[in-house]
Amino acid sequence: MPAQVDFAAARLTLELATITTLVLLVVGTPIAWWLARTRSRWKGIVGAVVALPLVLPPSVLGFYLLVTMGPNGPVGQLTQWLGIGLLPFTFAGLVVGSVLYSMPFVVQPLQNAFEAIGERPLEVAATLRASPWDSFFTVVVPLARPGFVTAAILGFAHTVGEFGVVLMIGGNIPEQTRVVSVAIYDHVEALEYAEAHVLAAAMLIFSFLVLLTLYSRNTRVWR
Amino acid sequence: MSAVLEREAALPAADQSIQARFRVKWPGFVLGVDLALPGRGVTALFGHSGSGKTSLLRCIAGLERRSQGLLSFKGEIWQDSARGLFMPTHRRPLGYVFQEASLFPHLSVRRNLDYGRRRVDSAHKVSLEQAVDLLGIGHLLERMPERLSGGERQRVAIARALATSPRLLLMDEPLAALDLKRKGEILPFLERLHDELAIPILYVSHSPEEVARLADHIVLLEGGRVRAVGPANQILSRLDLPLSRESEASCFIDGIVRAHDPVYQLSRIEIPGARLAVTGLSRSVGARVRVCIHARDVSIALDEPGTSSIVNILPARILEIQEAEGPQVLVKLGTGGADGDRPQTALLARITRLSRDRLRLHPGQEVFAQVKAVALME
Repeated sequence: MPAQVDFAAARLTLELATITTLVLLVVGTPIAWWLARTRSRWKGIVGAVVALPLVLPPSVLGFYLLVTMGPNGPVGQLTQWLGIGLLPFTFAGLVVGSVLYSMPFVVQPLQNAFEAIGERPLEVAATLRASPWDSFFTVVVPLARPGFVTAAILGFAHTVGEFGVVLMIGGNIPEQTRVVSVAIYDHVEALEYAEAHVLAAAMLIFSFLVLLTLYSRNTRVWR
Repeated sequence: MSAVLEREAALPAADQSIQARFRVKWPGFVLGVDLALPGRGVTALFGHSGSGKTSLLRCIAGLERRSQGLLSFKGEIWQDSARGLFMPTHRRPLGYVFQEASLFPHLSVRRNLDYGRRRVDSAHKVSLEQAVDLLGIGHLLERMPERLSGGERQRVAIARALATSPRLLLMDEPLAALDLKRKGEILPFLERLHDELAIPILYVSHSPEEVARLADHIVLLEGGRVRAVGPANQILSRLDLPLSRESEASCFIDGIVRAHDPVYQLSRIEIPGARLAVTGLSRSVGARVRVCIHARDVSIALDEPGTSSIVNILPARILEIQEAEGPQVLVKLGTGGADGDRPQTALLARITRLSRDRLRLHPGQEVFAQVKAVALME
């Protein structure tokens, strides 16, 4: 039987992934839109920065986050000055770390979807009196819907599966920062293999189901 | 030089016209035009691919943000780069039909038509039924765009543009992506637009046939510059422009139906400076019709042929003879004979070079044009 603490870890994981995904859809959409349409020379740099978490060991990202959000880091100074306190080893800190870590998994599908739409539907919308905002919500969002769904699923799943960044900036505080991946690590360290099995199997099944939905989705259906 | 003169001739009252002066640079291509276009009828922007006709249309629509210039539509300034004015496309009261129909794939035909219509002031609304009827798409309203044929899609796209009650309709080769059969399906609808809409239409095309069927005015573009501009028949019949050099050199003449002869089943059409008898006309007396006379169907006689089977023999004067090396030459004739004050219609005749020399044809000469066939453009 999974212990009460493991249910707490599962709930915390889902909360973290949900909030991270929502934040990423809001933050990632304008970044992806800009990347898809700009001809600026900054495009390469921004694109590379967004993609960095794909190749960096999570511990590297976690280390820098720990330093910048710590008491002497610039972000840490700012959050203290704002009266929020310090972010490391809090749930809010985990959200910040997860957003950065899962960013490419949301931005890239969106960017691809926006690029595939091209210029023409926007020009058509403009000749039909739609302002740029209007055409974004009435033409781009519906046409890019498969991209949004892919981005949300990947962002959510990737956040659920994150371990290194959490360990670096979140630690292992029950009900605050102890997510499932960390809980499994704990059980194994304590040689509680049965409990580890339950959580690991749950993660395995969850991840498989997510990917199954993603790959068997029919993206060509409009309504 | 002559282009400038013709521009003066085509110039309508300033407040009713479209003034377009643009200078836009792309890598390897510069568009530089200064035009006054009539505020009514169909004006064809004609030229080969790469002549800048689509770019010019996009500049007028405001789709080329980097264009520099001045654009006024019937006295309203839409763009004045010198004063930093640029009205964005969605504020310009225009309709635009792209080369590919570009319907929104996620919306049904009805919702495609509604998209622009919902966004205009209710005061100017054309009824949706009017646009639907004009294009004959009533039976398609509930379909999704992917279930339409190419011709149907383009008709929906035209109706969608009309449903915004535009004050200017811009069409970028709306038939280019279609095969011959589909073209034949849409052309009659375009001719109806021309007859039934009171708004100016700018129509981009590289097909002389389309231009001849639809245009009242022609702007001939070459390498990003205006080569000639003027009334359609004047441009189409000019021997120094590529339009008349096409193998199917023809003249297109607007006339009015004056009478029907039920016994011989002929109709009389009045054109400036002459009358024509045609067969197979179903339009009523007083209707406006456009006829086509191919240069190869026109021959020239020095004396009035009293005993000919040809019905349409028109007194005419030679205006110009093409200098050419081949076996045939084009001769441009003005109907109505010597009287310079009377309105004239230009006709083209294709004759052999031998005949030209035997009859000693020369500009200013009085002759008779024998028109073997007159085609109705309906």
